[in-house]
Amino acid sequence: MPERPTMLITGASRGIGRHLAEHYLAQGWQVVGCSRGPFETEAENYRHYCLDVADEPAVKKMFGEIRGQLGRLDALINNAGIASMNHALTTPLATVTRIMETNVVGVFLFCREAAKLMQRRRFGRIVNFASVAAPLKLEGEAIYASSKAAVITLTQILARELADFGITVNAVGPSPVRTDLVAGVPAATMDRLIGRQAIRRFGEMRDVANVVDFFLRAESDFITGQTIFLGGV
Amino acid sequence: MTEDAKIIAIIYDAIDEINELLPAEQQAQKSLDAVLVGQAGCLDSFGLVNLIVAVEQRVNDEFGIALTLADERAMSRSRSPFRTVATLRDYIAGLLKEVADA
Repeated sequence: MPERPTMLITGASRGIGRHLAEHYLAQGWQVVGCSRGPFETEAENYRHYCLDVADEPAVKKMFGEIRGQLGRLDALINNAGIASMNHALTTPLATVTRIMETNVVGVFLFCREAAKLMQRRRFGRIVNFASVAAPLKLEGEAIYASSKAAVITLTQILARELADFGITVNAVGPSPVRTDLVAGVPAATMDRLIGRQAIRRFGEMRDVANVVDFFLRAESDFITGQTIFLGGV
Repeated sequence: MTEDAKIIAIIYDAIDEINELLPAEQQAQKSLDAVLVGQAGCLDSFGLVNLIVAVEQRVNDEFGIALTLADERAMSRSRSPFRTVATLRDYIAGLLKEVADA
């Protein structure tokens, strides 16, 4: 059983999730990552699961292995998320279902299973991923923004339900960061979006990691139910 | 050990775990007719959640099956399967049988 703190990151194989995995490995965490695709690394303190975050049997099996083999879970970073830009009138229902399953059902499932593990030690830190798409009410992102609004509400309510277990639940709301998630968005659209921020620039990985670091700190045990948006949104 | 005896052992072990967190007057008793929830029950909602989680994890360890005890069926029953240790044992045995028969 590892003495080092253990963290689970969803969507760990690329983008912000991969950056966070490497960031916390460098800080000495035991990191468990999951994603639909593999994660190639030589890191000794990393293990990876290939799964769909909304696949309940696969997720429960993974948590059972974490409990049996690592014995603890200190932090969950619910980073996995998908988006699809489209006008509401031309958005297929299959897209709606797919986004909601990954961004809402998956987040709930991981929060539930993580809290079951964390409550045994009366300590846990959960960080969910919201998005500026929710407060900015982005046209063309009706379903994605709605899914992130659900994450914000879920974060607020779980913060209350899990407080007695010593678990904090917070969310970070990134502004656009140069990842695959925004790769297909036209430059003019992105410029307009960034123009609505108080600080008009793309977010960097380090900006996201900074907020997550804050939520994870031991001194942040009185911070829960909060969403911090980047860029001054 | 019979399956029923294994389930009882799991429930008692889970009760030991949650009693460590509860004040003396709220501690659950380890007997088949011990009332867990309801008007005469010793557990509040926090205690029940703790018990359910502790039992689910032990069932997974003992039987290798990831049961979800608090599903819609359990919550909609007129008599809660979590009412006493005995009703909880019967409920878990039924769920395990459903998995085995599936």
